[in-house]
Amino acid sequence: MDWAGYAYLVAAVCFILALRGLSHPETARNGNRFGIVGMAIAIVTTLAMPSVLSYEWIILGIVVGGAIGTVIARKIEMTALPQLVAAFHSLVGLAAVFVAGAAFYAPEAYNIGTAGEIHPGSLVEMGLGTAIGAVTFTGSIIAFGKLQGLIGSKPLTFPGQHPLNALLGLSLVALIVGFCVTQEPWIFWAIVLLSFAIGVLLIVPIGGADMPVVVSMLNSYSGWAAAGIGFTLGNTALIVTGALVGASGAILSYIMCKGMNRSIVNVILGGFGGESVTAATGGDDDRPVKSGGPEDAAFIMQNSDKVIIVPGYGMAVAQAQHALREMADLLKESGVEVSYAIHPVAGRMPGHMNVLLAEADVPYDEVFELEEINGEFKSADVAFVIGANDVTNPAAKTDKTSPIYGMPILDVEAAGQVLFLKRSMASGYAGVQNELFFNDNTTMLFGDAKHMVEKIVKALKD
Amino acid sequence: MDKQSLIDAANNLQQQADALSAKAAELAQQATALDPTGIAQAAEAATGTPFLYLFTAFVLACVVGYYVVWSVTPALHSPLMGVTNAISSVIIVGALIAAGPADMNLSKVFGFIAVVLASVNIFGGFVVTNRMLSMFKKKQR
Repeated sequence: MDWAGYAYLVAAVCFILALRGLSHPETARNGNRFGIVGMAIAIVTTLAMPSVLSYEWIILGIVVGGAIGTVIARKIEMTALPQLVAAFHSLVGLAAVFVAGAAFYAPEAYNIGTAGEIHPGSLVEMGLGTAIGAVTFTGSIIAFGKLQGLIGSKPLTFPGQHPLNALLGLSLVALIVGFCVTQEPWIFWAIVLLSFAIGVLLIVPIGGADMPVVVSMLNSYSGWAAAGIGFTLGNTALIVTGALVGASGAILSYIMCKGMNRSIVNVILGGFGGESVTAATGGDDDRPVKSGGPEDAAFIMQNSDKVIIVPGYGMAVAQAQHALREMADLLKESGVEVSYAIHPVAGRMPGHMNVLLAEADVPYDEVFELEEINGEFKSADVAFVIGANDVTNPAAKTDKTSPIYGMPILDVEAAGQVLFLKRSMASGYAGVQNELFFNDNTTMLFGDAKHMVEKIVKALKD
Repeated sequence: MDKQSLIDAANNLQQQADALSAKAAELAQQATALDPTGIAQAAEAATGTPFLYLFTAFVLACVVGYYVVWSVTPALHSPLMGVTNAISSVIIVGALIAAGPADMNLSKVFGFIAVVLASVNIFGGFVVTNRMLSMFKKKQR
């Protein structure tokens, strides 16, 4: 039995190294290999345990699941990454529920007592693991639906929402206590069902652009669920990994919240970005703006020395990253210095823009984070904003009444010229008008991001 | 008289013997009733791990996770989610134990389902992370 404990320890260290590798793109692929090795060690160790006697079903399960996972992961479009991650989180949550169920009905296999006589400590952990796993499952499904566009991405709120959630939360606590005392199967299933409901209600009021926080949060939950089950089973590999994943998701949620200058509580309570906000601030739309065509944009950028590109979710939706890179290449050929500025909450998941740009073969050393590049806009001739809005809005710095006040923004207005590639004058997610549109040095390029960039590329070639 | 007293004594003895055997049976029953809990406790002491030990591992892992995740470059936050997704499926360990026994029961069915779900995640998570990471390239020149 001892050697298994050592093997799990090695697996856990491999997982830590897998995360450590991600500190730099050079070392990241090696890190991923560590992760795979760690997982292989954990699985082989478990299969070699004396209590595992029949392998047919296990092998069938791994082959079927592995094939499905591999096919999906190979086929998925990089723009659809956030919903893929959400879907994967839901699976971890559901797996945690099933493992807890298995442990509840056959506790002997896990050395935690006999049916109806499970050790109290294990019951607490089992109850918590089940609840978190079930919340993760349905919460991730709702997040998936919103990201995939199956459910409206608008926040869904109704009167009495928060009291209802609080009531359900308290009921859940009561059920877990009851479960620990009586060990009744019906309470176990009641915990599962109630947690399913809570998972749905928790995510439904959160709007589409807050999804980076939600996805990170669910990432965190899936880790805590794994850790909870790890306590039940007394398995250190599971506990350590669960804690790593839980910490990772929590930190990402924190970074995302900071990127929006909102508290995690504010995001979770939801309702942000609804129509009520729009009415409050977006009144004076009749002022004239300067709009231009692709030829103007090409001319302006070709005659500049330094261009900073600011991509946002609009670029992802239009799949404009490849055309954008082509445009940047042409500019570089004519001697223009091109770099990219990424806001922490650009896109629908942390690091979304970086992956899309990498997919389009943009070298990662041309892509910079907000803190690194914000001082550069002063010396830039052109800021080319493609599919981003709120993250450039100077109201975040000046207007205390604005919902986005205090949010760190990219100082595009400091650049000599600002080119805004947008579909229309519509306000961004926060429902706030962007004063930059009306500035003298701003030129609006109206149209689909991909088509517009393609036309600019054509104009650059001529 | 002699004969009668002998029979009485014999009857008496038999009664006492019966009572004794009943008592012994009762004791034996109590002993067997006591035994499994005794064995279980001994087993827990020997192989099971005390809560404090597990909790120590948990807290230390949280601290390690905190520092390791902060050192991840923001550009790689998406792959970070991919890889954490994959490794959180180490929950398959619990699923394998449930699916392991020779005879079929509810627990084994649950275990099988969990093995499938976790496998989708393990393979999917590592493959998609690898795809992402292979796209991050340095400037040529």
